[in-house]
Amino acid sequence: MRQEGLLRHAAVRLLGLIPTLLVLITIAFFLIRMAPGGPFDGEKVLPPEIRANLDANYHLDEPLLQQYFRYLGQIITGDFGPSFQYKDWTVNELIAQGFPVSATVGGLAMLLAFVLGTLIGTVAALRQNTAVDYSVMGVAMLGISIPNFVVAPLLILGLAVYAGWLPAGGWDWSWQRMILPVITLALPAIAYIARLTRGSMIEVLHSNYIRTARAKGLPESLVIRRHAFKPAILPVISYMGPATAALITGSVVVERIYSIPGLGSYFVQGALNRDYTLVMGVVVFYGVVIVVLNFIVDLLYAWLNPRIRYSEAP
Amino acid sequence: MALLEVKNLEVSFETPDGVVQAVNGMSFTLDQGETLAIVGESGAGKSQMVLAFMGLLAENGSVRGEALFHGNDLLKMKPRGLNGIRGKQIAMIFQDPMTSLNPFLTIEKQMAEVVMHHQGLRREEAKAHAVEMLRAVRIPDPEERIKQYPHEYSGGMRQRVMIAIGLLCEPELLIADEPSTALDVTVQAQITELVSELRKQTRMSLMLITHDLAAVAEVADRIIVMYAGEAVETGGVDDIFYRPQHPYTRGLLASVPRLDRASDDELQAIPGNPPNLQELPEGCRFRDRCTEAMEQCRKRPPLWVSDDGRSSRCFLPMEGGRTLQNATEPEHDE
Ligand SMILES: Nc1ncnc2c1ncn2[C@@H]1O[C@H](COP(=O)(O)OP(=O)(O)OP(=O)(O)O)[C@@H](O)[C@H]1O
Ligand code: SF4
Ligand SMILES: [Mg+2]
Repeated sequence: MRQEGLLRHAAVRLLGLIPTLLVLITIAFFLIRMAPGGPFDGEKVLPPEIRANLDANYHLDEPLLQQYFRYLGQIITGDFGPSFQYKDWTVNELIAQGFPVSATVGGLAMLLAFVLGTLIGTVAALRQNTAVDYSVMGVAMLGISIPNFVVAPLLILGLAVYAGWLPAGGWDWSWQRMILPVITLALPAIAYIARLTRGSMIEVLHSNYIRTARAKGLPESLVIRRHAFKPAILPVISYMGPATAALITGSVVVERIYSIPGLGSYFVQGALNRDYTLVMGVVVFYGVVIVVLNFIVDLLYAWLNPRIRYSEAP
Repeated sequence: MALLEVKNLEVSFETPDGVVQAVNGMSFTLDQGETLAIVGESGAGKSQMVLAFMGLLAENGSVRGEALFHGNDLLKMKPRGLNGIRGKQIAMIFQDPMTSLNPFLTIEKQMAEVVMHHQGLRREEAKAHAVEMLRAVRIPDPEERIKQYPHEYSGGMRQRVMIAIGLLCEPELLIADEPSTALDVTVQAQITELVSELRKQTRMSLMLITHDLAAVAEVADRIIVMYAGEAVETGGVDDIFYRPQHPYTRGLLASVPRLDRASDDELQAIPGNPPNLQELPEGCRFRDRCTEAMEQCRKRPPLWVSDDGRSSRCFLPMEGGRTLQNATEPEHDE
């Protein structure tokens, strides 16, 4: 019965995602077109005939609305079209190149943030209002408020330039080159998750069912592991959706700073060159990623929380 | 030797607006096999007194005094020692059945862990034992229901589960802290009946905590009436019901529905409210609500005791009692 409810819940949620994506595509499409300049406004001015030819080739001479619907029809088939900038590449190929890199860095950052964040938050909650608590949470506050374009150069200076322990940037799939970008990307999320965990852990530890667990004579470590941990990390689970979005945004900057050939780098390049199809491709692709991850998080939350009744889900 | 001997127990809480004196100089003994009821209005300090010697006070609470269980002071025990007693020798059933079970774990997990931890049973044995216990508290179809989560149980059923958990290790002392409001009265009566019935099959001692004097008339051996953190009267159940000494006890009795009274419009709750625990009055704490208050009640009333274990704290003399000199009493005012 639970399984069945979960499936129906999933189906309803999936249908609800379509309008979200449509809105995202529409806004992105018209925003990039509103930016001054176009894909062929390069260094050298093209002769008008060639320019007209190119525009016709890429349908840029059609009215905007017509282009919009043409684009919609095209991406429904999963085709993001050719890149304007990288002449021999389709956008799909570029995404296939960049995404594994971005996903590796992002996934590792997310994992690190979850493990360290919940650990730090739990320790702070157990040492509530002690020096440990205050210092850990103070550092977390810093982690949230310092932007990654400040953190990254500091890390590079400290660990790469002076200490020489790690390479300052570049990419070859080695773990040495992953460490700094992953840490940079994970820091704000670690801090945020630590704060979330601390707050909810303190609340859970005051609940009546924790008192019951203690009255059973269970050792405190077991009380926390078995009775408090799951309810305390539920808010963290629901934060994982928004966290993905924040991480992807952060990755655009971080990939640039560390010269990582991920999707974020392509996005920046595409935006600077008015490579309409590339920018749109990355936006739509990341949109789908965020939406799907949110969906998974939502299911995970429902699965972890036995009180949720799926029949009541919207 | 008494199973449990509580001496001069004091519980206070630090709060931003001052110190709350929740329990003041509570002393009593509980023998093996005895059923003791602690009765008093909401806020009298019943729950905090018990939580204090179970080591379950909130962080802002502190406790002084002694609570000797088999002669060992629970208040001086290290966590490991206390954990060996809690859930095994002393079990506690909590007030609020709706929130006292963990909503994220199945009933099976919450029951099995007790015997697995205290008696080293394996999971299968533990489960079988838990099923038997659910059957004993009359949960229908226990093999199936044990797989469910608390939200799939009604309030009364959850209270039964709490009882079953409490009885898993056959404790020497079961403390049942009853809800004042959480359950409806008939369910509550059934639960009290069930607890005392299960108790009769063992040599277990029982401590019933309630605001309802009538609810314990049938089951208690002795009763302690608490008011504003103090025991105002102690006595056997017949003494309390037929020869109440303290005006507060009489007031409580007047608000109990009885068969020998014609209609229930004679029922009267005691008018007024208990004193603020942050600024307790110097004299008798019941003075503002007492129909027999006298001038001298502005001073601290004496404690009357008798050889058969009765006591009353009042300026009115207790029949068959003698006063303890105030000088021999410990001071509570530092
Ligand atoms: N953590 C706390 N901080 C401050 N005051 C507290 C705290 N816990 C309890 N109190 C106060 O202690 C007093 C005694 O509370 P207690 O829970 O023992 O009452 P009770 O007799 O069990 O009442 P009820 O029948 O409503 O359960 C109350 O006035 C309550 O407000
Ligand atoms: S001491 Fe005085 S005020 Fe207090 S209960 Fe006795 S008679 Fe009433
Ligand atoms: Mg209470």
